[in-house]
Amino acid sequence: MSLKAFHIFFIAVAALTLFGFGVWCVLVGGTGYLVMGVVSFIAGIGLVIYGVKFLQKLKDVRYL
Amino acid sequence: MQIPYTTTARPDTGVYNAKLGVWFFLASEVMLFGGLFSSYIFLRIGAPVWPGELGGEMYVRAHDILNVPLATLNTMVLIASSVTMVMSWASLMMKRFDRYRLYMGATVAFGFVFLIIKAFEYGSKFEHGLFPSESNFLAIYFTMTGLHALHVIGGIIVNAYFLGPGAKMWKTNPQQFTNRIEVAGLYWHFVDLVWIFLFPTIYLL
Repeated sequence: MSLKAFHIFFIAVAALTLFGFGVWCVLVGGTGYLVMGVVSFIAGIGLVIYGVKFLQKLKDVRYL
Repeated sequence: MQIPYTTTARPDTGVYNAKLGVWFFLASEVMLFGGLFSSYIFLRIGAPVWPGELGGEMYVRAHDILNVPLATLNTMVLIASSVTMVMSWASLMMKRFDRYRLYMGATVAFGFVFLIIKAFEYGSKFEHGLFPSESNFLAIYFTMTGLHALHVIGGIIVNAYFLGPGAKMWKTNPQQFTNRIEVAGLYWHFVDLVWIFLFPTIYLL
């Protein structure tokens, strides 16, 4: 597996973690955690957009 | 003597030797951290209350003891460091050595930021008398995050070498140097991935 493939896997796992953390923050409640939850959701969406752009930019690089 | 398959793929494995080697090494690391995660699960299953009693008080949620905002910040720092790490490798493939230095420098800096934040977190625990000997929860917390921090230090040393003296290879053998950065990047991503699993497991659940 190349760094490209591992990076895509990492970004996917990181985005899922950030979305999950966002949900956790909402469930815990409180202003501070809600702010962190919103930031996590935004960061998760940012990672998904970045991942798609990264794939487009390195489309010629092998996955192995 | 010429070391074989440093730049070209070995026919039977399909990858150059360093990449195969780092994956074998990472497999052993999976077993190391896997063992610790298993220990964590068994300690938790066996405890009637988790994290349990600390300093005469009973805690039922880990985030009442641990600093979640700092850990979240550290998560963001490590994700950003993965992005700069892969950008440094991509810069070399595009023959942009100036950009490589910029991104690799940022990766090393992010590693130091992670360690400084971790040091603050540990310092706060020690000030409150929270040491590994206090409870099973603190023991496994310090063991797992401490071992992870040691891996971050190892990654910083390797990346700093490739940023400094190791970068001379770019002039003599750019393809092998690019491959070395890819291998270092695979290790760095693994270390970041371990944290991505550690963060929710220890701090949130």
